[in-house]
Amino acid sequence: MKSIPRSLNRLVLYMVAIFFAVLFLMPIYVMVNASITSFETVSVSTMWRLARSFSLRGFAAAWVGDPLQGFTGLGPYFLNSLIITIPAVVVSVFLGSINGYVLTHWKFRGSNLLFMLILFGMFIPLQSILIPLVEIVRKVGLYGTRSGLSLCCAVYGIAITTLLFRSFYGTIPTSLLECARIDGAGFFKIYFRIALPLSLPAVTVAIIWQFTQIWNGYLLAIVLTQRPAVQPITVGLLNMVGAHYVQWNIVMAGAFIAALPTLAIYVLVSRYFVKGIMSGAIKG
Amino acid sequence: MKEKTARYALGRPWSRHRDRFYALLSLLPSLVLIFVFVYLLIGWNTVIAFSKWHGIKSDLSFNGLKNFIELFQDERFQIGMRNMGVFALVFISGCIVIGFVLALLLDQGLKWESFFRNLYIYPLAISLVVTGVIWRWLFTPGSEQTGWIGFNQLFDFVGLHFLKSGWHTSQSFGIVAVAIAATWQMSGYVMAMYLAAIRSIPVELKEAAVIDGASPYRYYLHIVIPLVRTTTVSAVVILGHIALRVFDLIAAMTGSGKGFITDVPAFYMWQTTFQGNRFNRGAAIALVLLVLISGLVIPYIARTYRTSDEQGG
Repeated sequence: MKSIPRSLNRLVLYMVAIFFAVLFLMPIYVMVNASITSFETVSVSTMWRLARSFSLRGFAAAWVGDPLQGFTGLGPYFLNSLIITIPAVVVSVFLGSINGYVLTHWKFRGSNLLFMLILFGMFIPLQSILIPLVEIVRKVGLYGTRSGLSLCCAVYGIAITTLLFRSFYGTIPTSLLECARIDGAGFFKIYFRIALPLSLPAVTVAIIWQFTQIWNGYLLAIVLTQRPAVQPITVGLLNMVGAHYVQWNIVMAGAFIAALPTLAIYVLVSRYFVKGIMSGAIKG
Repeated sequence: MKEKTARYALGRPWSRHRDRFYALLSLLPSLVLIFVFVYLLIGWNTVIAFSKWHGIKSDLSFNGLKNFIELFQDERFQIGMRNMGVFALVFISGCIVIGFVLALLLDQGLKWESFFRNLYIYPLAISLVVTGVIWRWLFTPGSEQTGWIGFNQLFDFVGLHFLKSGWHTSQSFGIVAVAIAATWQMSGYVMAMYLAAIRSIPVELKEAAVIDGASPYRYYLHIVIPLVRTTTVSAVVILGHIALRVFDLIAAMTGSGKGFITDVPAFYMWQTTFQGNRFNRGAAIALVLLVLISGLVIPYIARTYRTSDEQGG
């Protein structure tokens, strides 16, 4: 008696789940499908139809560019993105890690206020610092350089990494570190020998999260750099889209190239990625 | 109480002093960077917002409230503020509703639960710029004569003609289309938040509800929804501050649009400053955004973290 409505119930649940799955996959389907379609058969008006011919020439064109169509390839931009992102990730993760360590296990009067002041930096609209930021970056001679952009990306990442490591170190029992202190280990020794090795999962989460954020960033890049020679891939992609005439499969291949590193990380280690999301969402 | 710290630990006094000095020292680089790049620059921006700097050449002389009076009378700013409000409303409510429904769905013990979960979250890994580029094409309306494109083509194919729309090119619907793309990107995030909250509800509560004869429907309505209220507040704050400063998506998808139909202050700020050299106006818009976001975020941060200070020392 009871099992028929129950299994019907299940069926409805699965159908809803699949409905949403299709909905979420649609844009990526269109992107991938168009980017692997050959030049001869590609057309915006058939974007939903499964590619009839397979070709990687769209990717090749998006990567090397085509002066005839008036756009530069994404290859150099891709490299710039790596050069900008990797140091920024390393710096922001390291600073966040040591901040989290201090703010949980070496608290002092006012340390929580300092934490809240750091945290606020995560929420400010970038617009509210952009104008003076350009001035200051210009003054120190880093305007229009990859290192200048990288430095800024690192600084505005400190808040989230600090939050992340503070949450993590909060779960390490104080007694563990106290034992080390009684044995005569000092501040740095405890950090490098015990706290940092223990926090490797948090380091992974922080690296993945920061890489995604900085790789995907756009606003800082267009404000702090002007020359394509130093700009990251998000800027390159929009330059390409804005070019006078670019074929649809090249645009989608370009979007795919820009999304590939972070998507690949997500597919490979989604577990850590989801953890990163959860720590970004401050627990209430 | 669990945050009680090493401050009370044993150890020789001199080494304790030395270690606490090191602790402060290692916090210093971040504090200096945050102080300069956040607070100093906000202060500097505030000065510019009240200045006469209205061209390439910097002029920081005080202009009173004139910049703000002019800004609030400016038609483009008014349209942008309205658009921002609509965007925030659609985006926040869309993410919360879809996120909550998906979390409930995944709480039913489906097979391949982690597969579905990962699938609902993946848009978050993609740049808003890429999202904008793709959705611009999905929303390209096409026309009766030249043939429908994107979603309109799908709706045409299945006979849902009334759903066809000009999407981001439509006068009345433009900003809603942008908000839909943003909702696609962020609702998995809200789902993850709700799912974690639902999972942290003690099993005893559910068992008690079942013993009392509560239907699943009543269990969710009277137990789960009130218990995840703090999560809802977090989600609103996080989504809200994203909505107020959204820039990348607008830039990639539509720009300000014809007649500013998809313009928002965050985009106006960038254009008027870095393309129009109206620095005082740009700074003023930025300050308005900062004040709005602070009103949302500061009470939230203070409430979430002040208590732990009192307890933890």
